[in-house]
Amino acid sequence: MKIILNNTQETFKQDKMTVNELLEAKTFTFKMLVVRINGTLIKKDEYNSATIRDSDDVMVLHLVSGG
Amino acid sequence: MTSAEIKDKLKSRTVGIAGCGGLGSNCAVALARVGVGTLILADFDIITESNLNRQYYFLSQVGEPKAPSLKRVIHQINPSVSVIAYEVKLDPEHILRYFRDCDVIVEAFDQAEEKEMFIETVLSAFPEKPLVVGLGMAGWGMNAGIHYRHEGNLHICGDEVTGISNEFPPLAPRVGMVANMQANVVLEILLKS
Repeated sequence: MKIILNNTQETFKQDKMTVNELLEAKTFTFKMLVVRINGTLIKKDEYNSATIRDSDDVMVLHLVSGG
Repeated sequence: MTSAEIKDKLKSRTVGIAGCGGLGSNCAVALARVGVGTLILADFDIITESNLNRQYYFLSQVGEPKAPSLKRVIHQINPSVSVIAYEVKLDPEHILRYFRDCDVIVEAFDQAEEKEMFIETVLSAFPEKPLVVGLGMAGWGMNAGIHYRHEGNLHICGDEVTGISNEFPPLAPRVGMVANMQANVVLEILLKS
């Protein structure tokens, strides 16, 4: 499948993935994250169930401290 | 748009700023200078001397609470801005109450945990409201790493990489860059609509 991840097109061999599978595939290991699929917020307890499919627009925000 | 037209357009607008530290104080001052009508500020913290390396406060204000102090700073620059300052540690309930009527909301917290709580709360409660977050501004140099991107109504300013640490403190130049970038995004949103 082809998805948009953080404004960049990415291709994966699977035709669907959960959020956790995506985070693992991309080695995103940050504890503090905000994830949206097609603009909808995905809460932490949905990372194992929320599914990403072909042509989805996914945003993964890494929350780093400082302000 | 002339300066006068910009001022006229901004005077009926309200911007909420969560956190009055390095990001929030500098962003609020920039928005006050251009004439945003109402600023809603919230912070629970007290000004310390170590804050003065980046935050828009003065030595005479050390020991005072940040939100009302920032209100006084703003009124020395532009007394026509209406400032509502909440001295509070924001929880989801406060966020819903205080920021409901804002045209744009600025996330200006320090800790990643608080950023996460705030962004999740705002995106769930106000999915249509523009939210401008500041992410990654520790250290010095690395001008080219600081960027802006947006995904729908979620606007991100910063390098998205550098977290603060003892060896990598937040300092005026990069924090100010991101804070002013956030103010610039707010301005763009307000002047477009």
